[in-house]
Amino acid sequence: MSAFNPGAFFFYLLAGVTVISAAGVALARNILYSAFALLGTLAGVAGLYLFLGADFLGVAQLLIYIGGILVLILFAVLLTNRIGEVRISNVSSGLIVGAPPAVAVMALCVRVALRTPWPLTEAVPAPTTARLGEAFLQELLLPFEFVSLVLLMALVGAMVIARRAAKEKGVR
Amino acid sequence: MIIGLSHFLVVSAILFGLGLLTVATRRNAVAILMGVELILNAAALNFVAFSHYVEGAVTGMVFALFIIVLAAAEAAIALAIVLAIFRHFHSIDANDVSTLKD
Repeated sequence: MSAFNPGAFFFYLLAGVTVISAAGVALARNILYSAFALLGTLAGVAGLYLFLGADFLGVAQLLIYIGGILVLILFAVLLTNRIGEVRISNVSSGLIVGAPPAVAVMALCVRVALRTPWPLTEAVPAPTTARLGEAFLQELLLPFEFVSLVLLMALVGAMVIARRAAKEKGVR
Repeated sequence: MIIGLSHFLVVSAILFGLGLLTVATRRNAVAILMGVELILNAAALNFVAFSHYVEGAVTGMVFALFIIVLAAAEAAIALAIVLAIFRHFHSIDANDVSTLKD
């Protein structure tokens, strides 16, 4: 470690943000803090995608996860909790029982990651958007269409479930 | 120091472990969903890292995109269910919602 290495610096910065916010998601007392810590995790993972040269994927992560899923989760948090009672809003039960298996799985994954001789190749940094579009419209056309079908079903299904609940309640 | 594949795999393993911890210990249904999102992100990060360091093509990124899209669908459905459960039970604590029949 003689000279300043900007690549390593940015990697450790992004990895630190990701891991610390993920710990916040897992351990924060208030569920609203968990939701905002999830923002840090998702943004850190988007930064790691950009670090890996996946430009389209990083932007898609920002748009879909942070712009869509996180806002949806915040809506659910605010609609289903009485935020006033902070203390009981996000109870963790059985941390002593739950932590050892999680740590064991984590240690196993780390061990596999470090011990296995992966067949590495030299990656060429190139824009990925055009290649992704070609992959989706040629060899992966069928899964692509299936995903659009799944999204349509999810949209209709979510509306039906939420509306039936509103009808039972007599709202509208 | 060169940042290599194993760095990303370790970050992803930590993310996965924390997601597992969240799913296992939280009682709030929305918090359990957040743990699932952590696990999905860890898996997608693995796919992209392997795509960059081992394969050198875009297939891993395609998998990550599918994961993001399916996570969006899953979140929409799951939150609709959570709202329905909340209207019915007035609680989304996973321990309270244990009756199979009225």
